Amino acid sequence: MTVGGAPVAVPVAGPVVDAGRRAYLRRRARRDVLVATVSTLAFFAAVGWAVTRTPGWPRVQETFFSGADFRVSAPDVARAFWLNVRIFLVAEPAILVLALVVALLRGLQAPILLPLRVVSAVFTDVFRGIPTLLLVYLFGFGIPALRISGLTTSALVWGTVALVLSYSAYVAEVYRAGIDSVHPSQRAAARSLGLTGLQTTRYVVLPQAIRRVVPPLLNDFVSLQKDTALVAVLGPIEALRQAGIYASFNFNYTSYIVAALLFIGLTIPLARFTDWLLARQRRRQAAGAVV
Amino acid sequence: MRPRHHRTAAAALACGALLLAACGTDDGATTTPTSSGSPAADDCAKDKLRLVTPGVLTIGTDKPAYPPYFVDDDPSNGKGFESGVAYGVAERLAFTKDQVKWVVVPFNSSYAPGKKNFDFDINQISITPERQKVVDFSKGYYDVSQAVVALKGSKGAAAKTLADLKGLKLGAQVGTTSLKYLQDVVQPTTKASVFDDTNGAKQSLQNGQLDAIVVDLPTAFYVTAAEIDNSVIVGQFPAEAGSEQFGLLFEKGNPLVTCVNLALDELIAAKRLQALADEYLGSGAGVPTFR
Repeated sequence: MTVGGAPVAVPVAGPVVDAGRRAYLRRRARRDVLVATVSTLAFFAAVGWAVTRTPGWPRVQETFFSGADFRVSAPDVARAFWLNVRIFLVAEPAILVLALVVALLRGLQAPILLPLRVVSAVFTDVFRGIPTLLLVYLFGFGIPALRISGLTTSALVWGTVALVLSYSAYVAEVYRAGIDSVHPSQRAAARSLGLTGLQTTRYVVLPQAIRRVVPPLLNDFVSLQKDTALVAVLGPIEALRQAGIYASFNFNYTSYIVAALLFIGLTIPLARFTDWLLARQRRRQAAGAVV
Repeated sequence: MRPRHHRTAAAALACGALLLAACGTDDGATTTPTSSGSPAADDCAKDKLRLVTPGVLTIGTDKPAYPPYFVDDDPSNGKGFESGVAYGVAERLAFTKDQVKWVVVPFNSSYAPGKKNFDFDINQISITPERQKVVDFSKGYYDVSQAVVALKGSKGAAAKTLADLKGLKLGAQVGTTSLKYLQDVVQPTTKASVFDDTNGAKQSLQNGQLDAIVVDLPTAFYVTAAEIDNSVIVGQFPAEAGSEQFGLLFEKGNPLVTCVNLALDELIAAKRLQALADEYLGSGAGVPTFR
């Protein structure tokens, strides 16, 4: 039995007082769960009742939530969704690496390395400033139009490159925030122990920095999952496009609901994973204390 | 420019005369139903029509409005095939040019549930049974066929049969029957590329990312004549039984359909539709058909 993940056996404020306190907390937790459940159910029931009583509901249900259209469109949309997943799986590692490089270049101190800092700053400014859709067009249609021999003209490849660049600019700033959040005394201490600048970054700064920015990083990746749909403007058929194809042929939007469920299905595990990471971090910082 | 003005004026006069004549005969025979079973012209009097805005015919189309269906992205200039058809219908229903109001209706919102903000939508929308479950269509105002466009001297330009097309990289616009034909009949080995509009498809074709694109024949004429210099119509698809027609789109159950159909009948009888098609769309004669 654990409370808030902390082992019960850890004595914090004396065994007797602590036991009473824990029992009280358990009772209160049970009551809270009950109240929360009832209030949530009542809320959604009220909203559902109100929506289904509106005069246009049957028509909305037919065009957005049609069971028959769901069944017909689901297999195609699910197959197309595999493309979103593949783009995501290729783009994510590339973003993590590129963004880290950009963030580290930004933090360089030596005067001779100023050009690299400038490159890094321009990279984030430019790619973060341009709407992602525009980047996708620019790379997906622009680079093949250059007709450079030997270079792929694959819309899928260049669309993914555009996503990687755009997201790397965001993620580099997240990394930088993490790096800046590590107290200067840490670096000073590491240097005084004889670590080189590189070693300090690698073994002292980055481990702390990255741990702190994991939640915002995952936030960006949830966003990336959805933005994989932007590649569709270049021609590849991903889930949202497949849903659009179905919708426009059948004049029914239910296929979009299929796509939405697939995206949510991918997002929720990531969100729960983020929650878990955060909880673990809190737990470690609290070191078993109960409030 | 000038001659067209004259023609429109003349057509308006003829139409007015026709309407007067229709009213005249109808006054004498109010008790006997008309032979064709269509409603009396009286029911289609301007003040009896159920309109979004009384006294004004509100017509929807997408933006940008593409040639050769519209000219200069301005549906209200009366130029282009569909603008001509729309004003023809308006004239037959006794609306003057200033009593016609155009609204922008993106294709994907034309079939959204709820009240429509247009009396009818004219946007090269093919009549299909699936769509008729959700909206009403007028009778067809144009028989359309699908054609393949490729760059001169390319692999795509050499295709003679459907089997030749199968091995090519092909693309089409989302929601079009071009795409449906491509996916259902041609079934290319490389998955078809799908674009938001023909611009994306054209761009990919010019970049060499695609071997050929599928568009409707009038668009093919326009693309090859005015938009892509070194492009050629490779061929058109054989017309299927009960071939494809464009129809005006109405809110489901809108009684206006009957009157608009009467107007279209008159335009067909007066050879107006044919004249407009000849002027703007060209004919399929001389374009080879894929076997």
